[in-house]
Amino acid sequence: MRATQTKPTVSETIWQHHHVLDLDDFTREEIELVFQTTKAMKEILSRPIKQVPALRGKTLITLFYEPSTRTRLSFELAAKYLSADMVNLNTQISSVAKGESLVDTLGTLQALGADIVIMRHPSSGAPSIATRFIGASIVNAGDGWHAHPTQALLDLYTIHEHKQSLKGLKAVIIGDIMHSRVARSNIWGLTTMGIGVTLCSPPTLLPIGLGDQRLPPVRTEPDIERALDGADIVMTLRLQRERQRSGLLPSIREYINLYQLNKSRLAKAKPDALVLHPGPVNEGIEISPAVAHGAQSVINEQVTNGVAVRMALLYLITGSQKQ
Amino acid sequence: MKPLLIQNGRIIDPGQGIDMTGNLLIAEGKISWLGKEPPAQAEYAILNTKGLIVCPGLIDLHCHLRQPGDEEKETIATGTRAAARGGFTTVCCMPNTNPPLDNQTAIEFIKSKAAAEGAVRVLPIGCISKGRKGEELCEMGELASGGVIGFSDDGAPVASAYLMRQALDYSRAFDLPIIDHCEEKTLTEGGQMNEGAISTKLGLRGIPAAAEEIAVARDLALAELTGGRLHIAHVSTGGSVELIRRAKEKGIKVTAEVTPHHLTLTEERVLGYDTNTKVNPPLRTREDIKALIQGLNDNTIDIIATDHAPHTEADKLCEFDLAPFGISGLETALGSLMGLVHEGEIKLATLIARLTHEPAKIIGDSYGKLGTLAVGAPADITIFDPNLEWVVNTNDFASKGKNTPLAGERFRGRVMATIYGGKLVYQDSSIKIKES
Repeated sequence: MRATQTKPTVSETIWQHHHVLDLDDFTREEIELVFQTTKAMKEILSRPIKQVPALRGKTLITLFYEPSTRTRLSFELAAKYLSADMVNLNTQISSVAKGESLVDTLGTLQALGADIVIMRHPSSGAPSIATRFIGASIVNAGDGWHAHPTQALLDLYTIHEHKQSLKGLKAVIIGDIMHSRVARSNIWGLTTMGIGVTLCSPPTLLPIGLGDQRLPPVRTEPDIERALDGADIVMTLRLQRERQRSGLLPSIREYINLYQLNKSRLAKAKPDALVLHPGPVNEGIEISPAVAHGAQSVINEQVTNGVAVRMALLYLITGSQKQ
Repeated sequence: MKPLLIQNGRIIDPGQGIDMTGNLLIAEGKISWLGKEPPAQAEYAILNTKGLIVCPGLIDLHCHLRQPGDEEKETIATGTRAAARGGFTTVCCMPNTNPPLDNQTAIEFIKSKAAAEGAVRVLPIGCISKGRKGEELCEMGELASGGVIGFSDDGAPVASAYLMRQALDYSRAFDLPIIDHCEEKTLTEGGQMNEGAISTKLGLRGIPAAAEEIAVARDLALAELTGGRLHIAHVSTGGSVELIRRAKEKGIKVTAEVTPHHLTLTEERVLGYDTNTKVNPPLRTREDIKALIQGLNDNTIDIIATDHAPHTEADKLCEFDLAPFGISGLETALGSLMGLVHEGEIKLATLIARLTHEPAKIIGDSYGKLGTLAVGAPADITIFDPNLEWVVNTNDFASKGKNTPLAGERFRGRVMATIYGGKLVYQDSSIKIKES
């Protein structure tokens, strides 16, 4: 495939997103379009010269109000491989650190001519609010507990690469689901693709209101071995130590005893079950080192796919801007 | 000033059990005639109110005028003009100002500002505790003689059950209510909206209904223990309604209020993260609304109060969890509530009673006969068109607080004129007074 042929063959009318804020408004067709486009991007990444001019002349700004290693790096590389002009706004040393409001900062980015703003923010909804104050496309790189759509899409893509068909698979998400934007976006994405989702966590770390028709249908199972029984996909989540301090857990020790994904527990899942983790991993807490580095782990593939998925999204969004 | 005849309106005064087409004469700031026939007096100006409803001036037992301290959000001058536009002739202002209204000097400041700059009657509410800190009782006797209509640390709950007991007990000496903002803080820390499926979807920390109901249950038990007068502010959950209903059956001295937004808006309004939907207590569910309406209809909930909480545009122009709580409510109250009447949820007379006669009963007679069109009462009158449609435009607000999720909303039912002490303090551009 040549650079000029990266345009997806599926009609661009499928793609409706000027912004990428969450997966709750993504259709199955849109997610499949992301898969298809990601595959083309992976092909580019396999070339000796990994750069195409798809986003030449486009200005991307990353606006991160929270620390991040892999997500930010992944977006930066994605932008560079697509030849976009990319700058970082460092909120620690800019006027943001002097107390400039989000709305004012967005006004500045607008005035500077940003086409796409990649945003991470500790407040749920901040990227949605941002869309009201800037013409640029907003890509949510994680907001509060709310959503992390690019992570969920790279998780789905990683699953898609390993499995023939997604429909009817069984996924288990283990850990602090209540405070996890990764889990929330994955719940939307997995269920949209027809994957059954089981949530496994202490009841204090489970989201409120499950079973309500306004949320995707999920099963909950506090017992990890029962939850893992027959699973095709196992996702573990990072456990924040502050959950113990805020009284949601009696101790990290008990959490490990009850919820750590280890070899004997993983054996309950299907033999070809995939193990995913959004990183950074607390080895020995939510996941044992043997599982994190074991044959079923696709944690490093997730990181590699992260670049390609983000390239695909930037490409698709730029296409929507032309329209 | 010539007497003013309010002619041919549909006069509704639930306190007197009146609902008739008739005439009302105002002379020297008081109501001097009420009847089907016009009075036998020739010299008066005429306000034709054919097709309009004429009722006692509305009373808001719960609003925030922000003065002193937060004059960029609202002042007594702007807040009372907003009240007049909303049909309110009496507003009771909460003491969570800066400094708070916890001493007689502060109360005197409110009264003198209101006399000099207010468009309608302002009745202050004093703090329960010194500095609203929840530690020691205010000098309630001094505040009572200064003219407060009740005591509240509103905005913050009274966390200590011990202090709440003393407040309910001590205030009995003055026969004034303790108005509590019921919230168990250990359950609401960092909360942004109603806890449930929508808070989960949005990734916002929730405020569970139980946080309110625990505090309501505690206060009711303490009201029973002390025999003090308890008024529960902004009831928002079906569970609270049930608790209050049972307490009233037991004869506990409790009254309760609900806001227009809790009666008409659900948590789903928060989808999209509009910070103008952020209010405490939070917008709840459809089931809660059903229970609140039932509470209004069976007398469990006595009154409707706005909890008008104005903020500047900049205050709300931020991330959802950084935005302050509150809705600017005085100017949309009647329009939104008339929706419930048109939908057949509550009777017009019930709505008017909850905004006039019932809050007047809680305030008492110290300020004259309020909430009535009885001859001799102050001429506080609201005139509204029950069917006129209008669209909420915050640019028209007299309030400095444009923070409402109702901007752009179409309502049926509009205030046409507000008369306070015989003086026209607000009139729609279509209203003309004819000199006879």
